[in-house]
This record gives sequence, C-alpha cells and structure tokens, in this order.
Amino acid sequence: MSKESYIILKNNSLPVDFTEIPVLEYALFSDLVKLLLKEDFRHCVAYYAFEEDQKLKFLCCIADDQSHELFVFSHEAGKNGLSLKSLTPECPQMQNFEREIHENFGVQFEGHPWLKPVRYAYHRADQSKVMDNYPFFEIESAELHEVGVGPIHAGVIEPGHFRFICNGENVLHLEIHLGYQHRGIENLFLEKENPLQRCILAESIAGDTAVGHALAHVQLMESLAGITINKRLQIERCIALELERLAVHIGDTAALCTDVAYQLGQVVCEALRTTIINSTQLWCGNRFGKGLIRPGGTNYPLNETVTDHIEKVLEDTGKRFIKLTDLIYSLPSVLSRFDGIGIVTKEQSQTIGTVGMAARTTGIPRDVRSSHPFQYYQSYKVEPVLTHSGDVLARGMQRNLEARQSIHIIKELISEWQKLSDELQLPDYHYQLKPNSFAVSMVEGWRGEICHSAITDERGRVIHYKVKDPSFHNWMALALAVRNQEISDFPVCNKSFNLSYCGFDL
Amino acid sequence: MLRTLKIMRSHGKQYVPDLKNVELAPLFRGRPEISEDITVEEINDVSKICPTDAIIADEFAIDLGKCVFCKECAFALPDKVRFTNDYKIATNNRSNLIIRKGAKSVDFDENEVRKEIRKLFKNALKLRQVSAGGDNSNEMELNAAGNVNFDMGRYGIEFVASPRHADGIVITGPITENMAEALQICFDAVPSPKIIILVGTDAISGGIFKDSKALNRSFLDKYPVDLFVPGNPAHPLSFVNGVLKLIGK
Repeated sequence: MSKESYIILKNNSLPVDFTEIPVLEYALFSDLVKLLLKEDFRHCVAYYAFEEDQKLKFLCCIADDQSHELFVFSHEAGKNGLSLKSLTPECPQMQNFEREIHENFGVQFEGHPWLKPVRYAYHRADQSKVMDNYPFFEIESAELHEVGVGPIHAGVIEPGHFRFICNGENVLHLEIHLGYQHRGIENLFLEKENPLQRCILAESIAGDTAVGHALAHVQLMESLAGITINKRLQIERCIALELERLAVHIGDTAALCTDVAYQLGQVVCEALRTTIINSTQLWCGNRFGKGLIRPGGTNYPLNETVTDHIEKVLEDTGKRFIKLTDLIYSLPSVLSRFDGIGIVTKEQSQTIGTVGMAARTTGIPRDVRSSHPFQYYQSYKVEPVLTHSGDVLARGMQRNLEARQSIHIIKELISEWQKLSDELQLPDYHYQLKPNSFAVSMVEGWRGEICHSAITDERGRVIHYKVKDPSFHNWMALALAVRNQEISDFPVCNKSFNLSYCGFDL
Repeated sequence: MLRTLKIMRSHGKQYVPDLKNVELAPLFRGRPEISEDITVEEINDVSKICPTDAIIADEFAIDLGKCVFCKECAFALPDKVRFTNDYKIATNNRSNLIIRKGAKSVDFDENEVRKEIRKLFKNALKLRQVSAGGDNSNEMELNAAGNVNFDMGRYGIEFVASPRHADGIVITGPITENMAEALQICFDAVPSPKIIILVGTDAISGGIFKDSKALNRSFLDKYPVDLFVPGNPAHPLSFVNGVLKLIGK
C-alpha cells in the first residue's frame, strides 16, 4: 500500500481539505480495505456514500489502534445502476456499511450474502421495500418453528423486531429487524444550519448517551471551525462522560438482576443509579446531561459545590456498589444464569468488528479513550478494562469493573480540575466552518465508539453529516450470542448488550 | 445471608415520601416564568434564539409543548425569563402549555376530564407504553417513575406488558412513519374506554424533529389526548403528578 493511497488523520485533529482525500479505482480501493483490515488492531470506523455532481462518492475511514491514526480514502462512480464487488465475503465487518449504501442509493454489492434493508430510511432508494415485507431468513422444516417478538416489547423500551428460528427451546438463528425509530437525523443535520439546533439534535440521537453524542458532535464542529478549548473544559467534558458511563453501568446491573429475578440487586442498583444521575442534574439541571455540552464552552461550568457533591456521592455510592456487586457475582443463583450464556468468541467479535464494551468482553482492547484519545484523555491515560469469556457474565463483570474504573477516573479528574485556574468558556453559536473540509470525531461513549464525521462545501456549509452509534457494529454480536441458547435466555442476553435502537435507526 | 442483610440495611428506605412536594435541584429546568415587564424587542430577540420555535412573541409566551428546555432564552435574558424547578407542568389541555408572561403555574382543566377516567381508573391505572421514535431518555424516566425512588405503584399506576391489559397508552417520541402502524395496532388492542398520554416534547409537538420527513403524526389527528407531559425528557415527578391529577388523586 503506497502512501498516496490514503491520507492520515487523527481523532479530533484539524480537518483536511476534502480534495486531498485520494480517489482510487474501485479495485485498488477494495484491495486497500482488505489489506488494512488484515490486522486485528484495525477496524472500519466509517464507510458511506453521498451524492455530489451527479456522482456517488464513497468515503472510507479505517482506524489503526496502534498508531492512533485514521486512514481516509475514497472511490467514486456514476449514480445509476451501479454494481460493485462486495467486500463483505472477505471482510465481514463491512457488511452493514455496504447494506446501508445499498439501501440509500441502490448500489448492488455483488457477492454480499445479506444485502437486506438496514433501517428503512425515508430517503431509501427503493420505496417498494417497506417495513412489512422485510425479507426474513427462513428454513423449511417441519421440526422448526419461528418466534416473532416486537416491535413493541413487554417492557418500557424502544421498538425493534426479533425473529427467532427455534428447534424446540433452542435458538438456531436470530434475525434483528430495526428501523422503527428512524427520525431522519442525518438529513436534519444538513437542514438545520443553526448550531444550537444541531446540538439539541445531537443530544437526541440516543438520549441514554446524550453526553457521548453531543460531545462527538461539538468536537467535530470545533475541529471544522478551528475552535480550541481549554484544559478545564476538556476535563469537565470527560467528567460528564464518565458520570454517564457510571450511571448506565449501574442501571444495567439493575436490569441484569431484574432479568434473573434477583430483586435486591435490582432495587439497590436502581437507587444507586439515581444518586449519580441526580448529581448530573445538580450540575446542569438535567438527569441525562442534556444542555451541558456545547460548542466552544458551556453554560454550566463545574463549581466547588458540584464537585464536593459528586465526590461525596462517589464515595458512598462507590462503597455500596462494590459491596453489592461482590455479592451479586458470588451468588450461585445469579451466576448460573450468567455464566457461559450467550457467548461471543473473540474470533467472532473480531470478524464482525465489534467496538466498545462488546469488544472488550471478548478480550479486544478497543477503547477510543486510549486508542484515539480525545479531550483530556490525551493527557490522562485510560487503560482499557478487559474481560475474556464473551458471555453474559463477562458483560456484567465488564460493567462492574468499568463502573469502578469510572469512579476512580472522576475522582482523579476532579483533583486535576481543582489545580486549574483556566477561565470560563461560554458556548459559541456563531462559528464558521472551514470550507471544502472533512473531519472525523470519535468518542468512547458507554456503549463504545461513537463516530461523527462531516464534509463542508465551498461556502462552509455542511453537505454531508454521518453519525455512527456503536450499536451499528454490535447488534450482530447479539444475533450471534443467542445461537444455540435457550430462547428463555434471550432477555438476559439482550439486556447484557443493551444496544441502542434509536442510535442505530437515526 | 449476613451480607444480604447488611446491604438491605445500608439501602435503607429509598422512596420519596411525598411525590407532590419535592424540592428538586435548583437548576432543574421545569416551568418557565416570563417577567411582566418584558419588552416587545426582548421577546422578539429571544424568539430568534429558540431552537424549536417555542417562543410565541406576539403573545409574550413560551409553548412548553414545543420547548426542549435548553434554557438558552433564559441565558440570553436572565432578568426576564427564568426556568423554575417546578416539575408540575403536565396538563390535560394543550393550550395550557402556553405559558404567558406573569403566569405562575400550569393550569389543569378539571372540568374537561372525561367522567369515566375518574370513575374507572382512580384506584388502578394500567398503561401500555409505546416508544415511537423516542430517544430512550423519556422511556428511562418512565421506568424510573416505577422504581424504588418514585414508586408510582403505590397509587396503583403501573406499566403492563400487553395492550389488552391496559387502560391506555403512553406515547414517547415524535412518532415515526416506521412506527405509525404498530402504534395504531397497539392502540386498537386496548379495550375502551381508554386514555392517551403524550410524554416528552418530542411526542407533544415533534420537538427538534418536527420538520423531519421521517415522521407520521396522523395518529394524533384521530384521537383526543388526555394528558400532555412536557420535558426533554419529562421528569418522573412530572409524569406521576400529571397522572394523579388526571385520575383525581
């Protein structure tokens, strides 16, 4: 692979001139993807198409976790009747990216084994494809039966449809059909030129990750607008992100306990989660941190009253959480429902390109905080927490350990913050974006890698905006996890991943 | 066993004793107040800032059904607009969500509540939740309304798994085209008489998504709504207090 084939970017770095991104012949392009993805420490962060001048431009961004770099390259083609040789047979992690391009633009990917709709976006190329005629995989056999679940589920959660093919109680195959939550977010980012509106939109991509997505968005805008922020604000953003992670991990521990009918674990974790989100509320008036992350500054600078409160809560909640989880993960009645259930192997995980927590539960050290550090993580090193068994137990333990790590990180960040005397930075809603530019922004949300990227035109307007929630990679892991499991274990498997429907559907 | 007892002891009593009188964090963004002496120029200026066109300049008012509670209007004009920590902002009449200058509460029209609601649901109200493009924050707050802290189960209010067991539906999200049919099927499966509650600004007006081509809000043209609970997301206390008012408790 020659150096001219791609350009190198860093997360959260200055944008590049869009015209500098090499445009390769498709054959070269696909060779490069295959070559780069041969190494386990690389994965595809984004691959998408957009229309420009009657042509389709395809942009690919591959992350290298060792060199902390992002390789960006592209190819282009005429719009109509386009057919390309699929990368999926050799690089299965490309499957959803190719499906998305196929759905949005009608591009055929020859040899793609699973070229099905992704989310039924309203701007999809083929409007004859509708939610009701999703082409589910079928097996003809008198001994097998199908079970359909959703879109509306028994609990108070988001909609999605799960179709199981079962042999008795055993699941042979699960197909996950999403799209119910599609709100047209990516196009709204283009239609709404007001920076504040964009912020509100970013916070609403996935409300359980309001801080994560808002941070990915403002980081991207700051990069494109050349806005620099001081250390103080960087630390405050990291604290907000860790509070979000901590709250969700504790809440998910409650949910895991609910699904195996361990009520004490459930109610205590619910109460502990409340203490964390109420701290966020004390800080910014919203339990999910909405309103806290803004471009160039914040309306809610951290202050001593809030840090004192957070420190006190972490002390108390931390102790109680440790005692409780030590108990949870020693109870035979809980362990028998977690241990060895819903296994995703490291090999599978690598193949489908999982990110974040799901990757780390299979021993893959994929954590944007350390591999492509952003904000204050550039100075503050985070060692990825790893578990290895890839089962429900690993995913539970992962939350347990990461919650403890987040408590530790927040405490350290607060003491760093106390040393600073940087001035307050207020939000900047009048930024001008650099024309003809491309930038990428990645954030390690509690689920994993969030990636936002944008392209501007000659007047500095956003002409393409791409959002990728970690769930885009990780839903496939859930489908693999439940194979050869009892169908009654599906709820606990699903809960152990807790993937986003709206983050995926956009 | 001893460890379990210790944990139970340190857990203590977590429920909020009186859900109707809680002092939320001072910065909590609840019911806004617009000062009587706000000028035409001032209200015009802040209406331009509002990301969701929630400020009605001609009427000197904020429409809570459109407001995403970002508080930018109050940051721009701190002497004239403020967000109080009053969480009692749910109402049964859409027009009551329009908060005019000088207003100090969100009204609830007692006389407009259908008689059968109070007769049948006062002591037990089972609800089916439908997320139709919700971002999962309202959904999590609705779950929280039933948790150990807010415990709305004490009033006989509960979410149930099947619409056939429900007395009404609670909709979150701006109602996407892709969810429109499922929402209708779910509503049809609820036995009459039944109620409809909209939770969160997205559900009430579409919020930041209101211009999106991916929405289909025609469901709301067909049926009257019994309760509007604004918020981004709606706080569990806003929801519980709104429902209590509706059922007359």
